[in-house]
Amino acid sequence: MSLDKEKIKHVAKLARISVNEAKVDSLTKDLNSIFKFIEQLNELDTNKVEPLTSILNQSLRSRKDEINDGKIREKVLKNSPKDSEEFFVVPKVVE
Amino acid sequence: MSDITNQSLNQIIKRIKTKEISSTDLTKAYIKNIEGAKKLNAFVTTTFDYALDKAKQFDNKPNFDQLLPGIPLAVKDLFCTENFKTTAGSNILNNFVPSYESTVTKNLWDNGSFLLGKLNCDEFAMGSSNETSYFGNVINPVGDQLVPGGSSGGSSSALAADLTPATIGTDTGGSIRQPASFTGTVGLKPTYGLCSRWGIVAFASSLDQAGPMTKDITDCAIMLEAMSGFDEKDSTSINKKKENYSKNLKDNIKGLKIGIPKEYRVDNMPKEIDELWEKGKKILKDLGVELIDISLPHTKYALPTYYIVAPAEASSNLARYDGVRYGFRSEKGKDLIEMYENTRSEGFGDEVKRRILIGTYVLSSGYYDAYYLKAQKVRQLIKRDFDDNFTKVDAILTPSTPSSAFKIGEKTNDPVSMYLNDIFTVPTNLAGLPALSLPAGLDKQGLPLGLQLIGKPLDEQKILNIGYAFEKNCEFKNEIKKWWS
Amino acid sequence: MVVMKSEKFDYFINGDNGKYEVVIGLEVHAQVLSNSKLFSGSPTKFGAEPNEHVSLIDSAFPGMLPVINEECVKQAVRTGLGLNAKINNYSVFDRKNYFYADLPQGYQISQYKNPIVGEGKVLLDMPYGSKEVGIERLHLEQDAGKSIHDMDPYNTYVDLNRSGIALMEIVSKPDLRSPDEVNAYIKKLRTIMRYLGTCDGNMQEGSLRADVNVSVRRVGDKEFGTRCEIKNVNSIKFMQMAIEYEASRQVVLLESGKEIDQETRLFDTKKNETRSMRSKEDAHDYRYFPDPDLLPLKLDQKLVDDLKKSLPELPDKKKERFIKDYGLNAYEANVLVSEKEISDYYEEVAKLSDNKLAATWMMGDLFAMLNDKGLNISNSPISAVDFAELVQAIKSGEISGRIAKEVFEIMIESGDSPKKIIETKGLKQQSDPKELEKMINEILSKNKDKVDQYKSGKEKLFGFFVGQVMKSSGGKANPQLTNEILKKLLKG
Repeated sequence: MSLDKEKIKHVAKLARISVNEAKVDSLTKDLNSIFKFIEQLNELDTNKVEPLTSILNQSLRSRKDEINDGKIREKVLKNSPKDSEEFFVVPKVVE
Repeated sequence: MSDITNQSLNQIIKRIKTKEISSTDLTKAYIKNIEGAKKLNAFVTTTFDYALDKAKQFDNKPNFDQLLPGIPLAVKDLFCTENFKTTAGSNILNNFVPSYESTVTKNLWDNGSFLLGKLNCDEFAMGSSNETSYFGNVINPVGDQLVPGGSSGGSSSALAADLTPATIGTDTGGSIRQPASFTGTVGLKPTYGLCSRWGIVAFASSLDQAGPMTKDITDCAIMLEAMSGFDEKDSTSINKKKENYSKNLKDNIKGLKIGIPKEYRVDNMPKEIDELWEKGKKILKDLGVELIDISLPHTKYALPTYYIVAPAEASSNLARYDGVRYGFRSEKGKDLIEMYENTRSEGFGDEVKRRILIGTYVLSSGYYDAYYLKAQKVRQLIKRDFDDNFTKVDAILTPSTPSSAFKIGEKTNDPVSMYLNDIFTVPTNLAGLPALSLPAGLDKQGLPLGLQLIGKPLDEQKILNIGYAFEKNCEFKNEIKKWWS
Repeated sequence: MVVMKSEKFDYFINGDNGKYEVVIGLEVHAQVLSNSKLFSGSPTKFGAEPNEHVSLIDSAFPGMLPVINEECVKQAVRTGLGLNAKINNYSVFDRKNYFYADLPQGYQISQYKNPIVGEGKVLLDMPYGSKEVGIERLHLEQDAGKSIHDMDPYNTYVDLNRSGIALMEIVSKPDLRSPDEVNAYIKKLRTIMRYLGTCDGNMQEGSLRADVNVSVRRVGDKEFGTRCEIKNVNSIKFMQMAIEYEASRQVVLLESGKEIDQETRLFDTKKNETRSMRSKEDAHDYRYFPDPDLLPLKLDQKLVDDLKKSLPELPDKKKERFIKDYGLNAYEANVLVSEKEISDYYEEVAKLSDNKLAATWMMGDLFAMLNDKGLNISNSPISAVDFAELVQAIKSGEISGRIAKEVFEIMIESGDSPKKIIETKGLKQQSDPKELEKMINEILSKNKDKVDQYKSGKEKLFGFFVGQVMKSSGGKANPQLTNEILKKLLKG
């Protein structure tokens, strides 16, 4: 399996990372060498193996349904690049 | 006792307790060292005023019953620290000041220590040489032009250069153990779930684990005791009683069975690594340990598996860095989507972007089964390898790394050769096991090399004990000339 | 009331080349009733100031981790049990990855391959009989925040109060065939969840929304057509309008030999049409994978059994019981079990009065009044006890139906009990035959001419005499008795 430039551009789009043409070339080279390495896994027959979902052999721990958070708007907005003191503000979303 | 800072943490604690030195003087000594070591570029942020203030508070009202009484500590800049900038080595968090403290650092402070500064690291802990940091590469005190390992490279460098008495790092694929090995120090990656991940900038959630980096095993036990513990805020935290690792440290390891896995003798491995391994085996044998040849047949598939699992999780974990709620936002772009794309393109460095793209790809429609699911299955096989052998042995001994510290820039153009650095450390992350890297010798050029002890889940005490006995009989001395000051 | 069992299903769209059937499946998003969010301790209450109900977890700060709310898990199980569904003792939380301004993590924690609830079913009462709708699954997931586009011409404002609130996504099988069935299905789901106390079903506040999958096919075809998904419709009326529009659009396309693109569409409530959502073009690749911050959820069978034991009587069961125990017809029973509070009110009234009369009066005058005043049964100005007293007064013959209406009006205004009103206003029915006979004799003697006309065959005049009796009794004369006595005296 080899990754072509178009595929890489598509993946970059999914990941919301802009890549310029010059970068695409070096990325194609790097990613192909990495995937060549990764594809060693194809040597293994794993048909009968259960995928490992979690390394910990325990069930999900839950918490009580209590309100003990929120009401910290100042903290929530403090680090934002742009806000209105009430809302986060982002460039227009075109639907 | 001319210089307090070249002593181990446990020696320093003794001197604090006997009032031979005050916390303030100790802190001042480290500040002096740090100011003279700018060349190493180990720190992203220093918090001297805060540290001196806390030291003064300690001296005014000392509590010597604590594990870390009046001890200044610098920590990897991946731990969120309340009111102190936390960057994860990235431009995208360049101006991020958390309003919260990570559980692990809070545990350290609750035991009497305080923050001295934030240590440089590979961007989002993605790297094996500390060359991917937005804040520049870190230099290994063992030799100019050498990398300190990664991703906890600022931590290993600062520790080896006496800029902090002990430190903590995070280890996703070797990021504590490999830099420890490269600097002649001790590094422990605990069992997955022993230390809380809450408040640590996430790289790969199923692999990340914080751990101590110290000058010796005793320090390691003290630090682990202080930082570990159940945290109800982390769903993957293990609920168990706290252990007194330092008090229970024992050097009698007679009768233990230690496995020697044949798969860790890889092609093109320098002869010196093999010799070091032999030396380690001999020391343990002399201590009455039974060495058993074992096989971990899926070892060679650990690294390819890791390079699917870790980037996949990272691609999702790093989606939150979008310029909306914190961190860097690009001013370029006409709408929301362009803002995202430019922010993430300018905010992340090349290695991080590369891994996000790998991760996005292996999870994307049509490729999930071939890559991600396959990797989850192989991960099961790797875990099974360990499970099978741990019915026969108490611990496993391997080299920590396939080489000693390499030159800055040597591997930056070849990602796969860089990744191969983690070949011995990655399997334990995939299996969630504790693993300790301890300094064991020097190579021909006089550069430190480490051996790795892998334990059963939650068997930290046992590998610390083996390490403790080993340390006493190894005659390793880390002679670092302070060429940078 | 008439039960329209005989009516036949007839929702088809006629094209030039034949009749089309509409196939509909719904993905209902129901907000779980809980105090705090699915993975954080922030409040879920509606109507807070922007970003006030937001924690650092809901806003996805670095290093923040989710811990699941046990009540949300229980609510999902209760709902699953209420839908006669299989409860999965092993389920997994996955991340659904996509970028959007109101999705702080860059992924939504949801359940993909292993949902907490599997297949179930819901019964609908349609005029043409009972209809079973299959439930495909129910899973737990996080809600997103809210993007506000109209506060500023250049910027979008983001409020994360909803971010992280627990939702149950209930996915139906493509079993629905008309807007009416969709209406009945949503209402039934809503009723069940309100009975269970797992969702308040408040559509205005967004507690219940749906994505609607619509396709069409020729009547008789076995294969389904290509479907379109209409996203996030928040009222039953809009769902029905969207389906009607979308089904016709698809028929027109097919009739002109075109193909239907499988796509996500938006219902524009102003223009009453659906249109393609371009922003969702690449959103189909959600890159689901198990959330490594969470472990698989393993449910103890005992917990499931205990929850099952503690479930309230659900509408279908209650309806059966109402028919059997109270002698109601299916229609009456249906209406009276539609809300738990209504059924409780009815049972209280019925116990103290007459089953059948209570049903008639509740569904008539009481509901009309509540509807008029914009009230519901829980804040009715008339208590069940007072209402039962009124029904009992009618039943015993103490007052007539006509007087009862008067008493009812006074009850609403004054809040007094019917007994008190009847007494103080002297509204009690005249049911003493002797008294009545005396009064009627007087009326007949005053109207000799009319009596003669009646006797000579003008029987229509009977009504005139009744009217006179009512007039002179102030409406209180017992109508049945009046008739009897009049007939007797006029014969003589």
